[in-house]
Amino acid sequence: MIELSVKKRLLSAEGSLELMLETTIEEGEFIAFFGQSGAGKTTILRMIAGLETPDSGHIIVNGTPWFDSQKRINLPPAKRPIGFVFQDYALFPNMSVKENLRFALQKGDNPAIVEELIEVIGLRELADRLPAQLSGGQQQRVAMARALVRRPRLLLLDEPLSALDHAMRHKLQDELAKIHQRFGLTTILVSHDPSEIFRLCGRLYHLEQGCIKKAGTPSEIFVKEKISSSFKFVGEVLAIEQCEMIYLLTVAIGTQVVKVMATEREREGLTIGSPIQIVSKAFHPIISPITHDDREQ
Amino acid sequence: MDAEFWTTMTLTFKLALITTIILLFIGIPLAYFLASTRSRFKPIIETIVSMPLVLPPTVLGFYLLVAFSSEHAFGKFCEEVLGFRLSFTFEGLVLGSVIFSLPFMVHPIQSGLQNLPKSLTEAAQMLGKSRTTILFRVLLPNIKPSLLTGIVITFAHTVGEFGVVLMIGGNIPGETRVASIAIYDEVEALNYATAHNYALILFAITFFILLLVYLVNRSFMHKV
Repeated sequence: MIELSVKKRLLSAEGSLELMLETTIEEGEFIAFFGQSGAGKTTILRMIAGLETPDSGHIIVNGTPWFDSQKRINLPPAKRPIGFVFQDYALFPNMSVKENLRFALQKGDNPAIVEELIEVIGLRELADRLPAQLSGGQQQRVAMARALVRRPRLLLLDEPLSALDHAMRHKLQDELAKIHQRFGLTTILVSHDPSEIFRLCGRLYHLEQGCIKKAGTPSEIFVKEKISSSFKFVGEVLAIEQCEMIYLLTVAIGTQVVKVMATEREREGLTIGSPIQIVSKAFHPIISPITHDDREQ
Repeated sequence: MDAEFWTTMTLTFKLALITTIILLFIGIPLAYFLASTRSRFKPIIETIVSMPLVLPPTVLGFYLLVAFSSEHAFGKFCEEVLGFRLSFTFEGLVLGSVIFSLPFMVHPIQSGLQNLPKSLTEAAQMLGKSRTTILFRVLLPNIKPSLLTGIVITFAHTVGEFGVVLMIGGNIPGETRVASIAIYDEVEALNYATAHNYALILFAITFFILLLVYLVNRSFMHKV
């Protein structure tokens, strides 16, 4: 369990702002800090990691104080057992994939974890390559694996997928979800992408001007109107085509891509990448069992 | 070319080599400190390190000469406690060159370190690594071109130094007489041929050293 109660004055482009945060995060949760850039999301992550110091307050993780302004406790970053994935991945350019992971080993650690993680991220063939020879998605996976070598109980992700294209982002979101399940890590994600948060997180904090504006589950926060419905999906617009009087939207829902019709009014304000919800109130669903062949497709 | 010519040449390169090695040991920690500190004394330290770039060599030479003299505390200390004299000796030349060439080693390394993304250091910190481990395993291997530049420029600059050496070393063959002084001396004595021998060798060596730096740095660039 993480108890957070911190204050810090931030200097941003729009002047100074007071970051104030008080909350607790339960063991094993996958939560997100969401908000505009400059709202203080990344700073919160960096304060938990010890890369920045709060002006006052305390950070207590599983009963151990990592930071306490009154007792003058401030554990250096190297002493905090955290996995941190940076926005730019921060892979060491002089080390191969395997060396990047090995560097994360501590004295006395069993090196077998490196091999195991290389398998998990599926980069066996690329293990001897330098980071510069990898694609963005591959680099991201290496960064992820490297953060897991120390077997941290807490994983901090700073916009980990923002530099990737659409398809790769979706793929890696699934992998993140799997890793979260497999290792049962308390995971904190910083993101400004609602669809990403929808897919991954159980709970989120919406930050504005350094303060929590709203907290709750993704559907509580993002889905404004309450509609009683039989079916409701949340997805992301991939393409918009015009067909005579109507529009055809290609939408990614989960791992599937579907096409739905939209009227001119519905289409207004939508661009590629917009998060949308699709609700169907009355229709006749056709239900059929899935055979093995269908699943292969 | 006589024996004296070779003695002078050897002395010149010995001085440059020793100076470069000493500066490598001083320059790396100093550059690391300057690149990472948030101390308010940083501008003062940076100014002191950079002074030799703009100060007339004779000014520096003059103060060193005064400091080295056995009539002053520092010179007296060296002579009585450490047991060696600094004025008009090779040891004195090394110390003078170290001070004079300091910015040529510190600047490239410092700017190399500052140009590395901050997240590299932070990522290594998050992996539980100490500052020393981070410096040697993560930072220095990624600024090889800057290290090479620092080493070579320091070496070449020490080979070419004239003013400070003349002030504190004088012109003692085999002890403090380096090539740049020898050229001046031979020209004064109207021995143009000997002066030309020194000059041509310095010219050629400097050219090839710098060419090597640019070629090697180019291949570093292509590799990344």
